[in-house]
Amino acid sequence: MSDTSPSLAVRITDTTLRDGSHAVSHTFTVPQVRDVVRALDDAGVEVIEVTHGDGLGGSSFNYGFSLTPELELVAAAVDEAKNAKIAVLILPGLGTLTDLDAARDAGASIARIATHATEADISIEHFAHARKLGMETVGFLMLSHRVEPDALAAQARIMADAGCQCVYVVDSAGALILEQVSDRVEALVSELGDDAQVGFHGHQNISFGVANSVLAARAGARQIDGTLMGLGAGAGNSPTEVLAVAFDRLGITTGLDVQGVMAAADEVARPIITRMPIMDRPSIMQGYAGVYSSFLIHAERAAERYGVPAWRILEEAGRAGYVGGQEDMLVDVAVRLAKG
Amino acid sequence: MTKTAAIVGSGNIGTDLMFKLMRRSTELTPTHMIGVDPASDGLARAAKLGLTTSAGGVDWLLAQDTLPDFVFEATSAKAHAINAPRYREAGITAIDLTPAAVGPYLCPVVNLDSLEAVDNVNMITCGGQATTPIVAAVSRIVPVDYAEIVASIASRSAGPGTRANVDEFTETTASALEAVGGAKRGKAIIIINPVDPPMIMRNTVYCTIPPEAAEAGAVQDSIRESIETMVSAVQEYVPGYGLRVEPQFEAARADWNGQGRVGVWLEVRGAGDYLPEYAGNLDIITAAAVKTGDLLASKLTFDSAQEARA
Repeated sequence: MSDTSPSLAVRITDTTLRDGSHAVSHTFTVPQVRDVVRALDDAGVEVIEVTHGDGLGGSSFNYGFSLTPELELVAAAVDEAKNAKIAVLILPGLGTLTDLDAARDAGASIARIATHATEADISIEHFAHARKLGMETVGFLMLSHRVEPDALAAQARIMADAGCQCVYVVDSAGALILEQVSDRVEALVSELGDDAQVGFHGHQNISFGVANSVLAARAGARQIDGTLMGLGAGAGNSPTEVLAVAFDRLGITTGLDVQGVMAAADEVARPIITRMPIMDRPSIMQGYAGVYSSFLIHAERAAERYGVPAWRILEEAGRAGYVGGQEDMLVDVAVRLAKG
Repeated sequence: MTKTAAIVGSGNIGTDLMFKLMRRSTELTPTHMIGVDPASDGLARAAKLGLTTSAGGVDWLLAQDTLPDFVFEATSAKAHAINAPRYREAGITAIDLTPAAVGPYLCPVVNLDSLEAVDNVNMITCGGQATTPIVAAVSRIVPVDYAEIVASIASRSAGPGTRANVDEFTETTASALEAVGGAKRGKAIIIINPVDPPMIMRNTVYCTIPPEAAEAGAVQDSIRESIETMVSAVQEYVPGYGLRVEPQFEAARADWNGQGRVGVWLEVRGAGDYLPEYAGNLDIITAAAVKTGDLLASKLTFDSAQEARA
């Protein structure tokens, strides 16, 4: 199924202002959002995601409070973008249809609706609602490494039937390696056919984000996520500027101005990054143990408070099978580890 | 003499309720199990245990010569909205386990005594039964500006009703954190986890507390004691309810509006009456409903005894 023809084309979604929000502990400001959106828009990025790292309604004790209300950031992004569409993320169980209405009112035109890889049926009403609001829809099957390709495809079918126009294989733990991505993308492409596109969202925890994205594109993925300088949860995301270069060199069309994206990363993103995501023991452990990337900073905080190593907390979270959103469990794990 | 109770809805919840009423209730005797599907396992089990059963729905129930004193509604919010006025007209007290919320939210260890009208009470949600007692335990000691809960349930215990409308869970639970728990503002999050073997229901409760309460001292001790007392009270009807770790206090922070925080990590292991132990989420709501039934029934018995004396 692998396709290396030069006519291959993908649409890049930049999620610096959503996934990157984790890495700055949800402190993005309106001027920062405007600067990033302007740079991305000028470089030809067609979709820019702006939300709290955990999606609409994510501002909380459990995930961290937003410095600036996310809808103000969404509205600023919408106002700044000349061509790009502004997307928002929503996790059913956390964000509600009311939150989606408010995001639509703020001008967001794409709803990205995320569930754990086996729980797609909790998103059915959200897809229906987003379509009713006239929004383009994307489905996120998070922690896709936790299920085999066929099972993942069956979940993608649930989303597509609910009104999802593109289902993503989301490697939330940065745990997937090469064929593990293309096998899953192929399974979704074959299940969905013309009913919906397939996308891929990669993380760098064990350094495969960009390579996995190339394999995803060759296996038929038509939407690929990145962030400037890889700013994001865990060891960060596939860097948008590296994706731009890699796809350019491989003859995969993105419509991006490669120099413009590199400039956006270097001149606009770099100065606002307070903590550069890196592959270190805790984040590598996330890839190794299959742990949701945004647990990282929460595990580090618990490590500091309770005097146990962050990588041990994360290893334990992997063993327990915690899924995206269960950040609260990390304190429980740390307290128990501290007791020995 | 015990009061009689009908269970309307013969699914998992209704069947677990029946077992709990038979095994654990001191004031109620289950007499009827009503469903709409003649082939349901719940109706078959009820018939075997000697209950009067019918797949004829509420129409059948209300046409009987002898009506039950109580009805436990384990159908859907839509069905209960239609049934509630009919129960009232027939003089039957309704304990509603659906999210309809026709009557006031009720957590039996928190607000039963403060309710005036109790002919129809709503059992909130599973997460609400698990977490409103903790918020109430904190708010009876210090003001709680904001309470937030995260409920984690096993994928296999998340029924089609929950899955089709998760907003109903988060919104209902959040408003009960305010109305029952006593927080000025509430927020609820639900996570469905598919890990195998299934995880036991977990709930994390975060409450803001005044800065001085976040520091070691008398106020903090009172909060800790209040939580312990409340946990024991819930354990009377949900023996598998307990703290995973001791309450965690954190000092005031600017990004918490200058407030401190107490965090409480709960586990809810079910009694395994009909549903598996991991489904503490389903167990706590049926157990709370039975407890509520017992309390209301003894109240009714007491009231009528008072009237007879007068």
